[in-house]
Amino acid sequence: MTEAAHGGPTEGGHDAAAVDRGRDLAERTRAGERRALARLLTEVENRSRTAEAALRILYPLAGQAHLIGVTGAPGAGKSTLVAALVGEARKGSRAVAVLAIDPSSPITGGAILGDRVRMQAYAGDSDVFIRSMASRGHVGGLATSTVAAAAVLDAAGFPLVFIETVGTGQSEVEVAAIADTTLVVQAPEMGDEVQAIKAGLLEVADIVVVNKADRPGADRAASHLRSMLTVGAQHDRAMGDRPRPKRPEVLLASGASGQGVPEVLASLDRREAKRRAAGTSGEADGARLARAEAQVWGILAERLRGRVREPARAAETKVVLRAVADHELDPYAAADRLLAALTDR
Amino acid sequence: MSERPIKVLIAKPGLDGHDRGAKVLARGLRDEGFEVVYTGLRQTPEMVVSAALQEDVDVVGLSILSGAHMTLLPRIVEGLRAEGLDDVLVTAGGIIPDDDIPALTDAGVSRIFGPGTTIRQVADYIRENVQPRSEG
Repeated sequence: MTEAAHGGPTEGGHDAAAVDRGRDLAERTRAGERRALARLLTEVENRSRTAEAALRILYPLAGQAHLIGVTGAPGAGKSTLVAALVGEARKGSRAVAVLAIDPSSPITGGAILGDRVRMQAYAGDSDVFIRSMASRGHVGGLATSTVAAAAVLDAAGFPLVFIETVGTGQSEVEVAAIADTTLVVQAPEMGDEVQAIKAGLLEVADIVVVNKADRPGADRAASHLRSMLTVGAQHDRAMGDRPRPKRPEVLLASGASGQGVPEVLASLDRREAKRRAAGTSGEADGARLARAEAQVWGILAERLRGRVREPARAAETKVVLRAVADHELDPYAAADRLLAALTDR
Repeated sequence: MSERPIKVLIAKPGLDGHDRGAKVLARGLRDEGFEVVYTGLRQTPEMVVSAALQEDVDVVGLSILSGAHMTLLPRIVEGLRAEGLDDVLVTAGGIIPDDDIPALTDAGVSRIFGPGTTIRQVADYIRENVQPRSEG
């Protein structure tokens, strides 16, 4: 991913105007102004100084929402299921936000963001906020700014935030690292028992929803999944503290008809209640730590890159890069040299 | 400062069921490097306004073939203004008689693209007329 294409990351909050604007957007977002929230999300996507200033205010106020990752193959019915879950949450008058990520073209940078097509019923309801995000070169099913965008929605006061990934294959498990609960959506005809024991997506699911439950074969798909995903419970115990895949609950639902949707939301709520009760000792706390790590590492890498590219160092950096290109210096030694130049003095 | 891709909402207000043109345009603008939010058929003005607001788009492109443009397009522009989205460029395309264009322009639609317009023309128009937004 090319940082330069986005105008690059920023360091500190030197630009006073951007800081003022960020503070203003943060305050208005907290006050429930949807226009300010939308604008702020744009700044977050652009990773601007304004976004940084706003996030410095909002981050301490976040951490209240249940972040729910929704992933699965293209066409499995993620958007339709999310729309149905939003409707179900609204019955209980809970405010809901959705971040829906679709892929950017690696060639032109353009994108079709089409998840709203299935989420139209909530226009005019100010307690539902849906935002599409293009992945902008990030691979893994999310966009670079997804975690920060979720934090903004969290701080804006949405107790439920759904993060819908791009349609994924078998191994785009990134969302599981940043969501409190991961829901994997499968269509009934998605494969046999061997698919269910392959490594990857299903290993990180907290809940697997066999969607399109009205289709023939849905029951059988669910029971296949259940039997394959629950084998090895005994082995689990033998593994003790070693990292091990999750044992997801398998539910049947239809996002289109609404069948089984209340049960999916109830299951999500149960998990969240359990997570809160367990506090930092719970298994799900790992997701919060992983999310913190992903954010800080990401920013650290951006800042380092920014420092190395400072005009004052450009000449030195250029010499080092040239030496690597000419195979006079290996890339490890080059990185060490640039790092040492930053930390000297 | 930052080269954010231009974000466009393509919507079809009204009741006609033909969205092939809108989809072709959405796809074409994607290839022009735009981020295109596509919301599909049968959009009420409220849906269009709500999507434009939440998505923080730079441009709203409306495709309309039903003949209801004189009612729907001004309502959408009014709705956008009411939400404070004054800097959003509003364009329209589809079957709109020449005689109706001045009234629509007065209502705040910045450009009407008739049949035969190429995607390149639409993309160029948007690039030239979109309001610069984020200042880093």
